[in-house]
Order: sequence, then structure tokens, then C-alpha cells
Amino acid sequence: MTDKKVCLFSKDHEWVELIEEDHVRVGISDYAVEQLGDIVFVELPEVDSEVLKEAEFGTVESVKSSSEVYSPVSGTVAKVNSELEDKPELLNEDAFAQGWLMEVKTPGPFSKADLMTYDEYETYIENL
Amino acid sequence: MTGDELIFELSTPGRVAYSLPTDETPLYDLAAELPAHLVRQAEPGLPEVSELQLMRHYTSLSNKNFGVETGFYPLGSCTMKYNPKVNEVVARYPGFSAIHPYQAAETVQGAYELMYNLQEDLKVVTGMDAITLQPAAGAQGEWTGLLIFKKYFEEKGERAQRKKIFVPDSAHGTNPASAIIAGFDVVEIPSNERGTVDLAALKAAAGSDTAGLMLTNPNTLGLFETDIVEMAEIIHEVGGLLYYDGANANAILGKTDPGEMGFDVVHLNLHKTFSTPHGGGGPGSGPVGVKEHLAPYLPSPLIAKEGEQYVLKELPRSIGRVKGYFGNFGVNVRAYAYILTMGPDGLKQVSESAVLHANYLKKRLEPYFDTPYGQHSKHEFVLSGKRQKKLGVRTLDIAKRLLDFGFYAPTVYFPLIVEECIMIEPTETEAKEVLDAFADVMIEIAHEAEETPEVVLNAPHNKAVRRLDEVTAARKPIVRYTKPEEN
Amino acid sequence: MTKQHHYLPDTEQDRKEMMDVIGISSIDELFADLPESVRTKEPMQLKPALAQTELTRFLSQMAARNKTADELPLFLGAGTYDHYIPSVVDAVISRSEFLTAYTPYQPEASQGELQALFEFQTMICELTGMEVSNSSLYDGFASLGEACNLATSVTKKPKVLLSKAIHPQAREVVHTYAYGMEYAVEEIGLVEDITDLEELKAKLDGETGAVVVQYPNFFGSIEDLKEIKMMLADTKALLIVVSNPLALGLLEAPGNLGADIVVGDMQPLGIPMSFGGPHCGYFTVNKKLIRKVPSRIVGQTVDTEGKRGFVMTLQTREQHIRREKATSNMSSNQALNALASSVAMTALGKQGIREMAQQNVNKAHYLAQKLTEKGFFVHNKATFFNEFVVETNKPIAEINQALLAKGFIGGFDVSGFMESDHSLLVCVTEKRTKAEIEAFADALEEVDRV
Repeated sequence: MTDKKVCLFSKDHEWVELIEEDHVRVGISDYAVEQLGDIVFVELPEVDSEVLKEAEFGTVESVKSSSEVYSPVSGTVAKVNSELEDKPELLNEDAFAQGWLMEVKTPGPFSKADLMTYDEYETYIENL
Repeated sequence: MTGDELIFELSTPGRVAYSLPTDETPLYDLAAELPAHLVRQAEPGLPEVSELQLMRHYTSLSNKNFGVETGFYPLGSCTMKYNPKVNEVVARYPGFSAIHPYQAAETVQGAYELMYNLQEDLKVVTGMDAITLQPAAGAQGEWTGLLIFKKYFEEKGERAQRKKIFVPDSAHGTNPASAIIAGFDVVEIPSNERGTVDLAALKAAAGSDTAGLMLTNPNTLGLFETDIVEMAEIIHEVGGLLYYDGANANAILGKTDPGEMGFDVVHLNLHKTFSTPHGGGGPGSGPVGVKEHLAPYLPSPLIAKEGEQYVLKELPRSIGRVKGYFGNFGVNVRAYAYILTMGPDGLKQVSESAVLHANYLKKRLEPYFDTPYGQHSKHEFVLSGKRQKKLGVRTLDIAKRLLDFGFYAPTVYFPLIVEECIMIEPTETEAKEVLDAFADVMIEIAHEAEETPEVVLNAPHNKAVRRLDEVTAARKPIVRYTKPEEN
Repeated sequence: MTKQHHYLPDTEQDRKEMMDVIGISSIDELFADLPESVRTKEPMQLKPALAQTELTRFLSQMAARNKTADELPLFLGAGTYDHYIPSVVDAVISRSEFLTAYTPYQPEASQGELQALFEFQTMICELTGMEVSNSSLYDGFASLGEACNLATSVTKKPKVLLSKAIHPQAREVVHTYAYGMEYAVEEIGLVEDITDLEELKAKLDGETGAVVVQYPNFFGSIEDLKEIKMMLADTKALLIVVSNPLALGLLEAPGNLGADIVVGDMQPLGIPMSFGGPHCGYFTVNKKLIRKVPSRIVGQTVDTEGKRGFVMTLQTREQHIRREKATSNMSSNQALNALASSVAMTALGKQGIREMAQQNVNKAHYLAQKLTEKGFFVHNKATFFNEFVVETNKPIAEINQALLAKGFIGGFDVSGFMESDHSLLVCVTEKRTKAEIEAFADALEEVDRV
């Protein structure tokens, strides 16, 4: 289980957890999931495909909405959470554990750049 | 038996509900001629019931369904008016229903004449110069109109340059979707605080890459876009075109028309304004009208008159065919009968009464619900359930509670720009007593939201089912019946 | 004072009371915001209103100027067919709860429609051998256009290969769809009466997103879907099959032969010809494409008390949610005609659909045999369903006119579709009697050979 306090966050509510220096895990925050309501479907990229920072890499759907998710990093998709195909509800149950979306290999060491720390993100969503 | 069975659960092997004559021609055994793998192995699992069982089943289903003749159906932007019975009678004349679209012209002159007359009448209604009856519904009309835009720019050598279609943020979802499948890019234009298109934003967006603007007028908030003349100027000045979405034409008959407003292309929804039944979701009909300069691009063929003969007119520069044959002819027969029954004065009265009814209902509900826009509306209006939301009662709950009182629900959560939106279109065919009864119930629900919210939250209480689990339906879709032993 | 109209309930008194509440003294005040320059100044130039008896007289006279299949034996098919429609069909679809409802936005008050469409989806799956059916589209041609849009979008391959043995108007519609979405459509020629598989092989490449064939094809002949599917094995191309649902009573389901998308028109089952519309498209896929299907799909679920119920489901596919991200703009479907078809399929049932299909086969072959005996050349080399192509000496327009003089509605002119001069596509449904078929054969012989 990912400790959300060690995650970094984007303004689009994606979280990033560092696994190795060039390997990260990506998901969406519990705040984002709460906004969406009951998740009914998750569309994820293909393994080995390229994702670009701030570009769409998938969609998360509730009964009456469809939201794009944007990658907080650039790199190659190493793994996707295929369990979500049959159990999208995992996102509602725990967005930081079984609800992770994908793992990405970054071309060089992952850099934090403009991502927020947990505390910064908390302040950010309080002001939304 | 509970009356809730699926038809498959009522089946008994060997029963039938059809009657075919004995075939006197020799048996031709396909199995002996075809490769074995093309011969059907397993029988299709169709039902097996007697004729009375069939009728009971569908009658039972109809009893669990709500139509305009069941009660008031205030579904905004859908114009759920009365569907005249005589239209059903005339559409079933064998001379209209038992004719084949490929029959020689001389054997179907009556059908051609009807289509020709309807084209002519719709020119008058829309202020356009040519009409195609081919599109099957509004969305297909939009797509047809936008392909006409595309072809027009192509012939002017501007197709690659003009990619942008402007769509107000209050528009129907079909507008942006139609623009995309016609190959355009969509630019959303915000509404101002009056609920109409922000003229400055439109002006700022318009340029040499503009293909055009799609507009519903009155818009989906039920408000007349009073800046329409200026909007048309802005778009035409940069070389773009204007598309009129006729979903709300019920408000303007005999009062104004898209031609006078400066539009170049129009679609009408005959199943809304012209009284043809909605059929549970279709069939509809979505004729498209254009101004002279776009007429060559219409889907081919049109119906023309040469002397006393009606003929098909092919258009060599057409965008191509959008629909089989002549469109939804059977629907068009009904709409033509409606126009004949109403006449020009009747149609004008339709819009006057539709608008009067909407404003009356709005006035009666104003003290109890938030009305985001104060001005007079046209044939429909929007309320916001903001006040009730603070009490924990959502617009969806209000919609469900209305069902308990024998009304259908208004359109809810649309347009997207109004929080907790409730969009009400009463139509001209409802009597004042019905409007009053509806207003009384809405007011009662507003009180319930304050005093006994659980009654509203748990509605409906007296329908065939209680609230349904849409989440599980979408997570684990079951979209067909499977026999228990096959599970 | 104007005459009270029977569709409009407002009396002078009603109007006055409503205006008083609104606080206006004239209805014109509600239109005061219309700019002066756009107002209609003159009354609309339409005919004055007709009373009901005037209307029915006027329209019945217009209808009488058409020659109908009820008066003259009709041997015309080519995509629209004169079939037996059980009386129960009209009885059911005339019920106002179905007729005058709209899209079931409030499922609790629309369970009848939703269940009927769920049953429709099931019957379509049964006939086609596919896993998922939507609740209908405008017509079979629109279904095909949507199928091509879907295939090019999911495969990301910008080319569609379309057999020339597909209905010519269906091909035209696909070209229009492709003009919108900007993908390429190439047509595959014929060998006699079926798709040229050598040409198909030659045109298939890494850019092909879909291969489309009709089953039975436009000339009535039955294409070998299995062979075509095998040719696609090493490509990404989806196999789209356009199919007459009645023929599927006897033919193997396309879903069992490798089809990825099966579409078609339900008109042969319960829907009158109505001069070509409204008919009813069906649209089916296998499970992996379920979230790409256009238009409404009904799903089964339960209510808060655990009782079975039905809802429109997977709505995020649709334009009202996805807007400019949508891959289809479909809003309405043809629910009433889907219902008509469901009733017809229920009436026929397992047994009736086979019997009706078999009668079509028997009667069409009987006419072919009679014409062959008279020395006519029948083009179809492949086995055919209820239509076939016969060669004549005279131009088809002339033939059809002469047949009309003898009291028959002749066939469809397919001269030039295959290597031939004068070719007539004739159709024989279960409604034609043995005597009519024999008389038609004699008439054709007379008009062509005399």
C-alpha cells in the first residue's frame, strides 16, 4: 500500500510514487475519486506505449461522467493495473492501494519538477 | 407468473403466434447446396408463445410505461406535445405504407407529391430556399448540415483552413458531437449572465479559420438570443456560416424564422415541433433546409415538379447520401398531415400558447425554486434546485418524486451551465388545469423538501420499480437475457 | 374571435387568467425581445387549416395515386421487402404508452419500453450470434456507417474495404460517413455475383481497418464469411457483416463465422415498406467493443428492494455526456420499430422464422427454375436466398413498364453491376403465391421475348 504522505501530486489530482529512481507508480487522489463518485470503468494505456507529462493517458468513468486522466510524468508505460478492468470499484475502495493506474519508466531519473508534496496538495484542494 | 417475466421466461416449446399459408412450391434445401459451415446449426432462441400470451405480455409492458397520453410530460427541449390520432390513420393508408422506394416514378406520384408539398411548406416555415427530407432525426440533420459547410468551403478552396465550429456552452451534446464526426474542431463559446451567447467572446474567437456557429434559438435555457443579428454579422463577416438547430422551433412559428435571423442552414425535428410521435426514442425526422448558395450540396435526390409530373432531381455536387431512400417517409406523412390540420394561423397559435404556458408555469414556481434568468422565456424555462440542494434534496430526487404524482419528470441536469438544473417545457397542447396541477405538485414537493425530505429522497414509491442501481449496471453490464442453464 | 382548434385547449378565459398571473396584457409582450428586423411580418404562406374529413379526403386521394403492393404482386426487393406482418405488431405499437413516450430517461416510469428493448437486444444477439446489441439505429445503412466509423477509430487504421456486392445506397452512405471522419473507402469488385476475394486480398494491407461484406449480398447470393475471415487473420482489420435478419433463420450466424461487427435492417421482420422509411437499423459487436457501441444500450439491474429492473446503461459512450469527445452523434434510435420487430420475432418465434425464411428460399428458387426453363439466364453462381439476377434482352426500364401494364411491379435494374447488359434483380417473398410466381414468369417471358 502506497503511503499517500510520500506521494507527489499534480494539479490534475494525479499522484506519483517513486519506486526506483527512474520508475514511478501513478494513480488519482482520493479527492478526485470522491468528486467523480462511483467509478464504473477505467480505460488505461497499453503497456510499452509512451505517455507524456500533462497529456491524457486514460479515462475514468462514473455513471454520468467521463474524465480524462493526465500523466504527471513522461516515459514508457511499464505496467497497468489490469484488475481495474473487472473491478473499477477498487478506485473507490482505496485510490492509493489497489486503485493505482499505471507504472511508468522515465527516461532519466524522475524529477519532482512542479509536482506538489502531500502537504502542499492538501492546501491546494482546501482552496478549490 | 408475476407479470414481470421476460418474454423468454414465458416460452413453451412448440407454441406459435403466427399464421403462414402452406407453401405450394417445391422445397429447396439450402443445406444440400451450401457449404456446411454456412448452414445454421443452433436455432435462434426466439420466444415461443401463443397470440394471447404475446398480447398480454406487451400490454403488461405498456402498463409499465408512461407516454403523453398517460399524463403531463414536461421534458424540456423534447416538445412532448399531443400526437394526433388522424396522423396515425393517414400514415397507415396502403398508398403510403405499402409502397416500395424503388417503384417507378409513375406508380408513386402521390408519394412524390406529398414530399414535394412538404418540402415547399418547410421552406416557408424555415425561410430557406431548398429542403431535403432525407435526415432521420435532428442529430443526422446537424451532421448533414455540417457536411454541407465542409463541401461549400472545399469548393471555395478553404476547407483546410476553416476547421472551427463555435458551439455555445448551453448547446445540446449532439452539436459538438456532430461537428466532430463531420471533421471539424469544436470551440465552446461561454454564455453571459443573461444566459445568452457572450457576443464579445464570439467576436474574439471569429477569424479566417472559422467554419461557423451552431445555435439553437431560443436556446436550451428557453431564452431568445436577442443578439442574433449581430452574431450573424460577426460570423458572415469572417466568411463563416450559421447553423440553426431547430430543436426549439416550437417557440417561433409565425413569429420569426431562421432565414430572417440570418441562418444559412437549418434542421427541424418533425417529432418535436410537428407532432409526430416520439415512439419511445424514435423514429423521428430531421429535414434540413439551406439558403440558395448551399442548395447544390444537399443530399441527393430532391423531389422536383416538372409540369404536372413529380420527378427526382439528382444533385451532382451533393455531399452524397446520408440516409436510405427518401428519409423517414412515414414520419413525414404525419408531419404533413399536422401542417395541413393547423394551417398558418394554427401554427402561430401553437407558438403563442407554448410560450404563454411556459411563462405561466415559471411565474407560478418562481417563489419556490431559484430561477437563474429573470427575463420572459420562450416555450421552455429552467429552474435551479439549489435551494433544495441545501436541504439535502437533489434535482434527481425531485424528478423521481414527480413520478409518484402521475407526471413524467422534466429534463434534469441540462443545460450543464445551470446548477441542479430542471428544464420544463409544457407545450401548447396542455390545458391550464394540467399546468396548475403540475405547479401545485411542484410546490408540494418544495414543501416536502423542507418538512419531510425522506419522502422525496426515497421516491418513487408507486412505480413498477424503486430506484435502480445504475452503478452495478454500468460496472457489470448485462445487456441480454441468458437462459439459466446456460449461465 | 378565432375558431377554437381541437389540438389547442386554451380558451379566451384561460389566456386571460394566465396573462394576469404573468402580469402582461398581451401575448405579444412575451415576444417583445425579438429584434424588429427578424420578425415575420406576413402570415406564413401555407394552406388554410383543413378539418379532419377534409384532411382524410385530401390525403386518401393522394395515397390513391400510388400503386401498392396490396394491389399488384410485387417482385421488387433490393433492400426493402414486402413481408407478412402479423396483426399483433400494429396492435402493440399503437398502444399510446409506447407510441407517445420518449427515450426512457426516468427508468422507474419507463420499465415497459426498457424491458422491450432489452428483449429486442436479446433476440438480435440470438439471430446474429453476437454478444452485444444496441437498442437500434436509424436504419441499416446508418448502422453500417457507424460500424465503419467505429472500426477505423478503434483500429486506428484509416481504410475501409467495401464489397461492391453491398447495397448501392449503403455504399453511398458509407462514403458520406467517410467524408465526415476523413478515412478512405475502397470498393472491391465482383466475380459474377459475389465479392472478388483475389481483389480483396490484393487491397488488404496494414492500413485496413475494416472489410465489409453483405450476407446474403445485394444480389441475394450467400458469401462465404469463414473464408473471408481467414484472409484477415494477419491484419488488424475488423470484419463487418451486413445481414438480412430473416435470412439468419436458416444461415449460420455471422458471429459464429468470425464477424466482429454485424449490422443490418430489421425491416423484413415486422416493419412496413413505407416507401423506404422509417425502418430500423440493428448494431451488434462482441464484448470487447461494448464501450464503443453508438447509441442507447439497455442493461439489467436491480432496484433498492432487489427487484429486477432495466436502465439505459454505459451512457458515458454517448454524445450528451461526451460532447466533443464523442465518437458518434447518435441521440434518438428507432425504438418503436425495434418494438415492432420484437413483436414480429415473438410472433414468429423459433419455428416461424425458419418457416418464413424457407418459404422465401423455396419461392425464389421456384421462380428462378421457371425462368431458366423458359431460357432466361440467371447470373447467380452462388446459392441465393430470396433474390437473384436474371438477364433480359430488353432494357429493364422497358421491361418494368411492360410488366406494370400486365399488373406486376417488376424488379430492380442492376444492369452494369456485373458483366451484363440488361439485368433484373427480382425478389420473391413468402407473400407471393405459386400462381403469382407462374404468372410473373409468363409475363416476363412475353414482355422480353415478344
